[in-house]
Amino acid sequence: MKTVLIIDDEPLARSIVKEYLQSYPDIEIAQECGDGFEGLKFIQQYRPDLIFLDIQMPKINGFEMLELIEEPPAIIFTTAFDEYAIKAFENHAVDYLLKPFSKERFAKAMQNWMNQSHTGRQKSNTQALLESVSASPLQKQRVVVKMAGKIKIIPMEDIHYLEASDDYVRIHTKEGVFLKNKTMNHFEQNLDPQVFVRTHRSWLVNITEITRIEPYEKEGFLLLLKSGASVPVSKTGYSRLKQILGW
Amino acid sequence: MSILEASVDSLISNLLLAGCCLLIINNMRYYLPRKEKYWYVLVISFGFACLWLIILRLLLWGIFHRDESYLDSVNRSSTLRFAIGFLTMGCMASICLLWYTQKEQTEMDARKQEAENLAKEAELFKLRQQLQPHFLFNSLNSISALVSINPEQARKMVHQLSDFLRGTLKKEEKELVPLEEELQYLELYLEIEKVRFGHRLSTVIQSDEFCRSMKLPPLLLQPIVENAIKFGLYDTTDDITIRIAVRAETGYLNITVENPFDPQTSSPKKGTGFGLNSVQRRLYLLFARNDLLQTSAVQNLFITTVKIPQS
Repeated sequence: MKTVLIIDDEPLARSIVKEYLQSYPDIEIAQECGDGFEGLKFIQQYRPDLIFLDIQMPKINGFEMLELIEEPPAIIFTTAFDEYAIKAFENHAVDYLLKPFSKERFAKAMQNWMNQSHTGRQKSNTQALLESVSASPLQKQRVVVKMAGKIKIIPMEDIHYLEASDDYVRIHTKEGVFLKNKTMNHFEQNLDPQVFVRTHRSWLVNITEITRIEPYEKEGFLLLLKSGASVPVSKTGYSRLKQILGW
Repeated sequence: MSILEASVDSLISNLLLAGCCLLIINNMRYYLPRKEKYWYVLVISFGFACLWLIILRLLLWGIFHRDESYLDSVNRSSTLRFAIGFLTMGCMASICLLWYTQKEQTEMDARKQEAENLAKEAELFKLRQQLQPHFLFNSLNSISALVSINPEQARKMVHQLSDFLRGTLKKEEKELVPLEEELQYLELYLEIEKVRFGHRLSTVIQSDEFCRSMKLPPLLLQPIVENAIKFGLYDTTDDITIRIAVRAETGYLNITVENPFDPQTSSPKKGTGFGLNSVQRRLYLLFARNDLLQTSAVQNLFITTVKIPQS
């Protein structure tokens, strides 16, 4: 018996997946979820083998939800129209259903999943997808993190700077420090490049927070931020700063 | 020189001169030089004056070849004749140049104006037509689900969606429609959205009775309400209420649309973003004003206000 989770904010959209799944007697629908928060909760509770996931959902979208899961299960995306995502799906061979989809197309997606579930290929594809999916304009405005079991949405303006630390990135905000297991490159690509500047290999700074820049050691500089923190600037970082700030 | 000679001479000279002028007019009508216009006028007048004089002399010699003294006077007056011919044709060519240049300019202006109007209309049409693909595909998906659960409702939704789509196609941009009609259209849209989102979405519409005949551009409210619904539904996981209120002000029809949002995670202060740009642009094209659409945030309510000037 395999368990399945359906995550979609529209009840009728969930019901059509449910209906199509009736032809699969060895699959059990563990739960239906109306948003990403419920999705997260029930993924942890049931550890499903497969989830059907909508992208546009309240508060956090499908991708943001997946980012918060340690080991995402196999996923079949269901979406009406998503210019940002469809290319990424194709590139990473993760299956997706464009609404409205037929029963035949649904069966094909299920077949793909069953074939892949033996090899475990889909999971690695999903990871690659999440690394590469270009953020939607909404995602560029914020970062979603999980802390002590709670989900926190941090608006871009509240982020002071980001600091690489082993496999994690430390996000320094006005409400404290949050951790996210992503690379610095990911943040550099996804946060608004007009606001966030990579001043150093392991530092990304919100330029509206800068108060002062001081020489530091040989050839280096130090940025002083409104919060009182200081951030190192490398030689290339300095020229990037110059360009953005128009010195 | 006899009277006969003088009249024949003047008749031939003037007829020939008139003929040359006609040739010049015709020539200028079909061909206007872009550069060196004044040289062209000089050259063409000079050329035609020479031609005229040669033909004139040949004719006069042919007719009066026996009258030596007359031919002598023709020879002596040649310079004067040439000067008169050259000046007349020069004047003619200059007038033609002015006239046709002017005409061409007017035609060009008219064409430019027409092109601008066409572009404006096309843009207005496009702005009005901007249908969110999400809405269409998700509605079709809902219908697909309803077909097996509740065929009656599926059919009803097909009809509602058809009426909605037909509404986006038919309306003439320049015609303003009464609020009553626009509100009916909005209801249609809201019914479809309520089927999609179920209990999460409820709406309240308040309008004064006497506002209902006031006029506004067709399909203006739907994108504003669509924006409010999206913003409201995707910014919170709770059930939401969208409030639409219509009031009459002096000289304006004032419509406000309210949706809840989460001030903790969203920052709607960034202008009128959120998909309202096309509404803003449309109002600008129709009324040449940029202040008719305003947005504000009060606590956890996002308010969009649109004012329609009434004539």
